Amino acid sequence: MPALPIDEAGQYVAAAYVVFLLLILIYVAIMGSKIARIQQEVRELLDLTEEPESGAGGAAQPARSSEAGGRARTSEGGAGSPAEVIARGAEAPPTP
Amino acid sequence: MYSKGFRPIAIATVLFTALAFGLVFFYAPLDGDQGFIQKIFYVHVPMAIVALCGFVAGGIMAIKHLRSGDRSWDMRSYVAIHLSIILGTGVLITGAIWAKASWGHWWLWDEPVLVSFLIVFLLYCVYYPLRFSIEDPDRQARYSSVFAIAAGAFVPINFVAVRLAEQITHPRVLSQTGGSLPGEMRLTFLVCLVAMTLLFVTLWKLELTSKQASMQLKRLRGRLELRAEERAAVQASR
Repeated sequence: MPALPIDEAGQYVAAAYVVFLLLILIYVAIMGSKIARIQQEVRELLDLTEEPESGAGGAAQPARSSEAGGRARTSEGGAGSPAEVIARGAEAPPTP
Repeated sequence: MYSKGFRPIAIATVLFTALAFGLVFFYAPLDGDQGFIQKIFYVHVPMAIVALCGFVAGGIMAIKHLRSGDRSWDMRSYVAIHLSIILGTGVLITGAIWAKASWGHWWLWDEPVLVSFLIVFLLYCVYYPLRFSIEDPDRQARYSSVFAIAAGAFVPINFVAVRLAEQITHPRVLSQTGGSLPGEMRLTFLVCLVAMTLLFVTLWKLELTSKQASMQLKRLRGRLELRAEERAAVQASR
C-alpha cells in the first residue's frame, strides 16, 4: 500500500500513542486508588492504637511476654506508642 | 525493601520518556516507504520487546522462588507477568492500528508474528485464573511459579520458531543485518527502548511497594486486634 497522507496517518499515530498513554494512566490511577486505601487503613490503625489509651484514662497494662511475635514491649503503655507499633509491624519480613 | 532507589528510577523514566517523545516527533526522519505511520514503530516494538522480556523475567523469578522457597520472589514474578500482560494489551492494540493503516487490515491470521504473540498473550491470560483459583498461599505460589517457568521457557522458543518461519507481511525488526535502521531512527528506537524498560521497572517497583505495604498493614492490624483481645481478657479477669 502507498504511504498514507500525513493528516490521515496522523490519526492512526495519535490513536496508537493515546492507547499507550491511556494504558499507563489507567494503571497509575488504579495504583493511586490502592495507595489511598492503604493510607485510609493506616489512619484506622492509628485510631485503633490511640483509642485504648484515651479510653482507659492513660492507665497502662502490664507488659506480657506472650504477645504475638514474642516481642517484649519496650514502653510503659501496653501496646507502645502508635509510632512504635507501626514501626514494629514494618520491620517484620514480608509474607506475600 | 522494594522502594529502594525508586525515586531516581522514576525521575530517569520521566526524563527518558520525554526525550523519547521528543526524538520520535522532532528528530527521527520520516520513513521513505511508510511515511508518518512508521512513528507507531517507536511505541509498538519497544513495548513488545519489554513485554516479552518481562514474561521471561517472571519465569526467572519463579525459578528463584522454587529454589529458595522465598515467597517474595513469587510476588516479584507475579507483578512482572501482570505488567507484561498490560504491555501486551498495548502491543496488540497498537499493532492492530498500525496494521490497519499500513496493510488495510486490523489483523492477519496467516502472519506468524501476530499469531504467535497472541498465543503468548492468551497463554499468560490463563495465569490469573490459575493463580487465584488456589486459596492456600503456599500452593498458589508454587503452582504459579511452575506455570511462570513453563510459559517463560515457551517465549524464547516461540521467538525462534517465528524467526524460522517464512516472512509474509510483518517485517522482522531484529534481523541479523541489524534491522537496517538508519542512524537517527536507530538512536530514537534505542532511547524508546530504554524509556520503556525504565517505565516497566518503575511500575514494577511501585506495585511491589504497594503490595508489601498492604501486607504489612494487614499483619499489623491482626497484631493489634490480638493485643486488644488480650487486654480485654486481662480486664475481664480482674
